[in-house]
Amino acid sequence: MAVVSDKVSMSNMQIIRRRTSPVFDQGFRWASYGSALIVLAVLAGIIGTMVHGGWPAFKEFGFGFVTSSIWNVGADQYGAWVAIAGTLTSALIALVIGVPISIGIAIFLTQLCPSWLRRPVSTVIELLAAVPSIIYGMWGLFVFAPLFAKYVQVPLSNIVEGMPIIGTVLYARVPSGVGMMTAGIILAIMIIPFIASITRDMLDQIPTVLRESAYGIGCTTWEVVRHVLLPQAGVSIIGAIMLGLGRALGETMAVTFVIGNANRLSLSLFDPSSTIASRIANEFNEAAGLQMNALLALGCILFVVTFIVLALARLLISRVKTH
Amino acid sequence: MSSTIAVNTSSAIGNAAAADTTVPVRIAVKNLNFYYGDFRSLKDISIDFYDRQVTALIGPSGCGKSTLLRTFNRIYSLYPEQRADGQILLDGQNVLSPSVDVNELRARVGMVFQKPTPFPMSIYDNIAFGIRLYEKLPKSELDGRVEEALRKAALWDEVKDKLRQSGMGLSGGQQQRLCIARTIAQRPEVILLDEPTSALDPISTGKIEELIEQLRSEFTIVIVTHNMQQAARISQFTAFMYLGELIEFGPTTKMFMNPSKKQTQDYITGRFG
Amino acid sequence: MDTVLYNPAATVTAPAPWGRVRRSRYVADRALKVICTLFTLLGAFVLGWILLMLVVEGIGGLSPAVFTETTPGPGTAGGGIANAIVGSLILTVLGIVAATPIGVLAGTYLAEYGKTSMLATIIRFVNDILLAAPSILIGLFVYMLMVQPMGGYSGWAGGVALAIIAVPVIVRSTEDMLRLVPSSLREAGAALGAPMSTVIMKISWKAARAGMVTGVILATARIAGETAPLLFTALNNNFWFSPTLMGGVSNLPVTIYQFALAPYENWRELAWAGALIITLSILALSVVARLLLKKDKVR
Repeated sequence: MAVVSDKVSMSNMQIIRRRTSPVFDQGFRWASYGSALIVLAVLAGIIGTMVHGGWPAFKEFGFGFVTSSIWNVGADQYGAWVAIAGTLTSALIALVIGVPISIGIAIFLTQLCPSWLRRPVSTVIELLAAVPSIIYGMWGLFVFAPLFAKYVQVPLSNIVEGMPIIGTVLYARVPSGVGMMTAGIILAIMIIPFIASITRDMLDQIPTVLRESAYGIGCTTWEVVRHVLLPQAGVSIIGAIMLGLGRALGETMAVTFVIGNANRLSLSLFDPSSTIASRIANEFNEAAGLQMNALLALGCILFVVTFIVLALARLLISRVKTH
Repeated sequence: MSSTIAVNTSSAIGNAAAADTTVPVRIAVKNLNFYYGDFRSLKDISIDFYDRQVTALIGPSGCGKSTLLRTFNRIYSLYPEQRADGQILLDGQNVLSPSVDVNELRARVGMVFQKPTPFPMSIYDNIAFGIRLYEKLPKSELDGRVEEALRKAALWDEVKDKLRQSGMGLSGGQQQRLCIARTIAQRPEVILLDEPTSALDPISTGKIEELIEQLRSEFTIVIVTHNMQQAARISQFTAFMYLGELIEFGPTTKMFMNPSKKQTQDYITGRFG
Repeated sequence: MDTVLYNPAATVTAPAPWGRVRRSRYVADRALKVICTLFTLLGAFVLGWILLMLVVEGIGGLSPAVFTETTPGPGTAGGGIANAIVGSLILTVLGIVAATPIGVLAGTYLAEYGKTSMLATIIRFVNDILLAAPSILIGLFVYMLMVQPMGGYSGWAGGVALAIIAVPVIVRSTEDMLRLVPSSLREAGAALGAPMSTVIMKISWKAARAGMVTGVILATARIAGETAPLLFTALNNNFWFSPTLMGGVSNLPVTIYQFALAPYENWRELAWAGALIITLSILALSVVARLLLKKDKVR
């Protein structure tokens, strides 16, 4: 019997050997190696393009390109500050609004939600990430902005008018609903699914026995979450937040719809503004010469910032996963 | 059942101070049933746990000993599909009653788990955290309580110079003693130990066993163990469970020397389980 | 020998120290539960609101003409978005057809060949960054890479831009799924004397198939709705595009973008119809992908 089965497997081996030539095996190996290198090449290509294309603008304006807030196509004068400030401010608003909501959703899904409801609710939150950016833009502009103008901007502007600082920051000269704040709110909704699902996964990875022992000394759910689970998930939640930040910084279409695309600096969060991505989307197709270089230089700045943020996110998330 | 059990205890495990005194019941379990969904995993359990004595729950895995332990502080109620009916009287009050505050119950009935579970905070805060939940103490008093708990858990000398360091940096045995210290710092009445040494090396196990012996003077202790020698070494009472039923309960010496049920005899002599 | 009397009739009736819990702790706990539940409802509510908006605004514009006629010029009445739908299908298929082999092979490299090597670690890192990189920058990159040298917009450039977005998604899911395949399976294959490529294709891929297909579907869903990278590559077009895909190729996302902000009533109506079509398709793809994976897990 043993001899027979040996023969069978021997003949199997020979079939496999005959089918696959060593040339194919090597070829397959090189193909997968090459494909992996394409990933690197794409990153290098993006960096190269941005630096090369943006170089004339950096050379022309020097460091002033970053600090100047003049963007005048007619005079061929370009400064990035308005767009940089708009990008950072809108992303920051998104984090301030989006992070507590995301963590709340993650806590609901892992601690409060009955198990039969978990999967459907998870799916709904994840589907928020599947809705195309342009649809968020349309919702923001046509549905959210008018309501926001009517029920928030107008009443709030009436209240804060004349007050120091807050009377500037939260005053809408033209309560149209579009502007920095609306962009931040839309971005917040868009980054929620990313932060929430990573945080949920991190909370799920915490051993049950740790959670039970926290309850075992008489903690309420809030105390278990606040003092044990969130600190235990620790840096990986910060990583999730950084990932959300990276997404918010580079989001284009939704922001282009609702930010108002203004070229001037304003201290009011209700005023129109622009971000790096929205400016590129608006101007690149009609741009030529130095303007195109300036837009590529903007892209270069955006790339560097998002690269750093996303790299940090990745390092923070993976550090916990491995240990 | 109302008769009094008189037990001779050898001085090795005996409690000289308790001589000729009546030891009352701390936890009385009456007709306890437990369900995982539709599956009934504890069947009509009735058993008494005596004040400031160590009671060991033994039996093959899946017999319900951990399940029984997890009813005393209602930790099972974290899982909606699990439920218990019957009575568990702690000092005469039914802890299964909905009017009992579970969080407070868990502060009065402490629990130590199979694996050490230091919280992600400093050694000091691991202890102080549980105290702060229930008592507002001035700093000096809190310091005293933390030291007292660590001393009782025989950990003080090892950690007194690094109280601000993370509890995760300790060895497994130290972490488990930290968890015991965390539990006793709350001054509970009952301590539940769920196979507390199963993840530890023999030396750490020995230290924990010594500790349990010392803690008996203050706390009523219930320990689940799969190690029969351990049960014999550290407990005054032993309960043998099998397939969700309480087969036999009695003083440890009697259970190991002269059990009255054949199943107990078989299990103790290693014929099954 | 001491005698201890154990008395089941006596119970400890020390005054129980109940009532030590501060009220504020329960207030905080309740607040947490209410707030977390509200936040989750808010998330679901926004999704529902967006879908409702699309249905209410889009359903009126849905007529057979939408699927048969081309996009109308400025001030022209009627029209449809047939060219945009077909264009989008072509661009998405181009993107996914280009991205799938590259993504699958690169993911295979990471899981089967590179593993923990320095190069694999770097590629994994870079891939995760590309996964979340701003898509508009990919549009700029492909503009400089293809549109400028080739002297004009083209569907090919659009396809490449979409492929660049899809590749990291497929790499990630392929690697994750292959890592779930137990190494004992591979060893069993190798023990039969099968070369590595055969083990990977016949055993690893087969075992991870459902997960890998899910990854490709999710990548399709992702690129089907992308607008930013098409703005500077495929651009758009109000007519049937050239079969060579040179010049602007009409597509749904950019059409929606241009029409939604236009001053013509029929354009806006078409934009809403297009938005409804594209969103439902993408959500359906996402749900299908999830179900596929779930079914596989159960099995």
